Amino acid sequence: MKLGVGIDLGSTTTKAVILGETGEVLGRGITNSRSNYKVACDVALSEALTNARFTLVSGALERAGAGDAQGDLPRLELAFRKQQYLAQLTTLAEVIRALVAPREATGVGRVVGEMLERMERDADAMFQPGASRKSDFFRDLAGSIYLRLAEELARSEGVPFDRLVGLFDKAILDVENRPSGVESFGPYAASALASFPDAPRPLRAAVREAADVPLEIACSVGTGYGRATLPFPREQIRSEILCHGLGAHAMFPATRTVLDIGGQDTKAIQVDERGIVTSFQMNDRCAAGCGRYLGYIADEMNMGLQELGPLACQSTRPVRINSTCTVFAGAELRERLSLGEKREDILAGLHRAIILRAMSLLARSGGVSNQFTFTGGVAKNPAAVGALQSLVRENYGELTMNISPDSIYTGALGAALFARRDGSRAHDAAAVAEGRETA
Amino acid sequence: MPDVSDRTAAVHKEDSQVRQKNMIAAHYARLARAPETGDKNVYTFVPGNLTELIRSFDLLPVLPEINALQSAMRGKSRDYIAVAEKLGHSEDVCTYVKCDLGMMKSGNVGPTGERLPPPDLLLLSYTGCFTFMKWFEILREEYTCPVVMLHVPYQGDGTITDSMRRYVVDQLRDKVIPALESVSGRRYDEARLREMLARSARAEDDLVAVLNSARQKPSPIDAYFGGVYYIGPIFSAFRGTVEAVDYYRALRGEVEERGRQGLGPITPDGPMARERFRLVVEGPPNWTSFREFWKMFADEGAVVVASTYTKVGGVYDLGFRHDPDRPLESLAEYCMGCYTNLSLPRRVEMLVNYINDFDADGLLINSIKSCNSFSAGQLMMLREVERLTGRPGGFIESDLVDPRYFSAANIKNRLESYLQMIEQKRAGKTA
Repeated sequence: MKLGVGIDLGSTTTKAVILGETGEVLGRGITNSRSNYKVACDVALSEALTNARFTLVSGALERAGAGDAQGDLPRLELAFRKQQYLAQLTTLAEVIRALVAPREATGVGRVVGEMLERMERDADAMFQPGASRKSDFFRDLAGSIYLRLAEELARSEGVPFDRLVGLFDKAILDVENRPSGVESFGPYAASALASFPDAPRPLRAAVREAADVPLEIACSVGTGYGRATLPFPREQIRSEILCHGLGAHAMFPATRTVLDIGGQDTKAIQVDERGIVTSFQMNDRCAAGCGRYLGYIADEMNMGLQELGPLACQSTRPVRINSTCTVFAGAELRERLSLGEKREDILAGLHRAIILRAMSLLARSGGVSNQFTFTGGVAKNPAAVGALQSLVRENYGELTMNISPDSIYTGALGAALFARRDGSRAHDAAAVAEGRETA
Repeated sequence: MPDVSDRTAAVHKEDSQVRQKNMIAAHYARLARAPETGDKNVYTFVPGNLTELIRSFDLLPVLPEINALQSAMRGKSRDYIAVAEKLGHSEDVCTYVKCDLGMMKSGNVGPTGERLPPPDLLLLSYTGCFTFMKWFEILREEYTCPVVMLHVPYQGDGTITDSMRRYVVDQLRDKVIPALESVSGRRYDEARLREMLARSARAEDDLVAVLNSARQKPSPIDAYFGGVYYIGPIFSAFRGTVEAVDYYRALRGEVEERGRQGLGPITPDGPMARERFRLVVEGPPNWTSFREFWKMFADEGAVVVASTYTKVGGVYDLGFRHDPDRPLESLAEYCMGCYTNLSLPRRVEMLVNYINDFDADGLLINSIKSCNSFSAGQLMMLREVERLTGRPGGFIESDLVDPRYFSAANIKNRLESYLQMIEQKRAGKTA
């Protein structure tokens, strides 16, 4: 099967989208961006390939007329994730053990060994159906448990907490930046099935069938901030402005204005009826008011990023906040708290402040036209969405605002569409060169 | 750091550039020797400069903006700006001013490494930039020297009226000329001024021919990055001199020869590859990362075919010439005719004409953080030009001489996005 691949190397996360032969989305993958961009791309791609295989499994089940009424496929996917997690945990344990100095063997070494064993045992509970996980990235998953255990054991065993945390911080960089193998669906799927003895026969057959489909990447296009470092030839690199425009058009064909708020930039893009960019503006000179601002606020308030929006939504009297400087935000926050303002009211004000900045970019790019599509990580935040909705209504009247649950993949989807286009163009060119008829 | 690469890799230079470099070096050397030779000088600004009039009194012009941009290109502006900020000038003040003040406070050592003489006269002959006035106010406090100011009316309605012209000529006669006479100890010599103005017009004809060569495809010049070299002598201390006439004749010959051979522009990194995009650029360039900035365009095959920055010292391509038959009148028109003194509709009209006449793909604005003379109204202009030409506009932001405001990754990202947008629109048209 010939695939078109788009990779969006963002400042916070790296995303990959795989399109199948008819242009349908076959798989999506995401990972946290890291210092080694190539590894980040490989991991995102390998995640997307895994996701594509599961799509194929689902297709095979349907073709076999078996369906998945029992919900076996999600269970299998959980078992698969657990296998992946355990494999990475083994690597982490190896790296940490190598970092422990011989003189630490009886103290820190013993404690860290116990922690790693407990982490392995806890994996079962973590991947139970219905169990909530803070994130799907290994760094976050393993990190949060490791930190909890370190706090607990440092106190009870009398070893330095900082040393325990230091070991993880050092090891995780190594683990994350190790080149991941190419596709690893087969072995993990096999161990997942092995741990799932009551898996029905049609599911086993479907997994085998999906694992055997040869997946060939016919063309890739890269985008995002780190695009120049992507392991692609220059002509396979596209600006994220174009990719977001085309991706938003593919998700919502009536889109005319796109707002993307990512980790370090905000983009206001106007597109025509074919998804071609006609005008754009990006945040100027500094990254004030971008997604990272919310990340910083979350850190300051000791909350999870995804918890900010819901809390802000509870506000009844939003505070007016003007500064969108990420560094000043902490001072602003403490000042407001000391004045007795409620957390939710301050948060609502902070959300409104970043959206006001986005409104200015939208205005500069040519305003907001129907339909309006909001993308990027911040589009998942209900308080940001609420503030945007009311400001757009105030300034541009009633219009349709689209937000896809997959909005984080918009840039990668656009890149994958470019890849398909380039692939077919290259195919036509080769056909002409060989004197064949073009389709 | 981009500045480092600016100074390490070998730079390709055209013959005219070498000639210009020597002219500038000789001028600075003469200024440095002024305390011994007794040469007197006049500090003045590029827009609306009265170089012929100054030189007709055997006075030497010193141009603080040129010193600032030259300092920036030599990697010295960061420290000078720090000195000015230490003196209490805020971060938002025009960075030309801060760079110049910092240089002055650091011993007034010019870009060539030689000390510049203190001013014998401060001549403000363009008031379209309010900052200029404040700048000289500070210099007046620093050096106890005479100041003369020429108030230049803004072309709000897009035209120069008789009364405007009279108003400026009267000031030239009653204020500026007496001040120059007093500093130089010489009488105003109109015959000498006429000779110089005739030479100016000759050089201006050749400059216009050079700038218009960009109508060709491929364009033999880059009218922005290359353009700033071409305007150097005529916008600064050399207009009206024999050297300037010779320089522009040689430059024109060089450019016309490139045009005949169908060659593209020469960049500091060598001849440019295939011309893929033709742009019109509005706004001054960034000077601290000039070479890196240019390379971003050249690497993408983007040639600037017309720019407004190369008109800050005169819009000669629209027909203006210094006129020996109307010496003071034509100087007055010159002062009122520089680019930033034109109304916004006139600027829009110019940009639209450039896009059409030079068959450009679109307008790109480099908006300068600390220059309101240029930046005010630019987004409105962008929208208007897009509407009137149907060609896409792009917007990037940087600064004149403060290296802190040149964010290379962001600028490159926007530029590439803009060029890819043009390409996508082209592909859409042919699809």
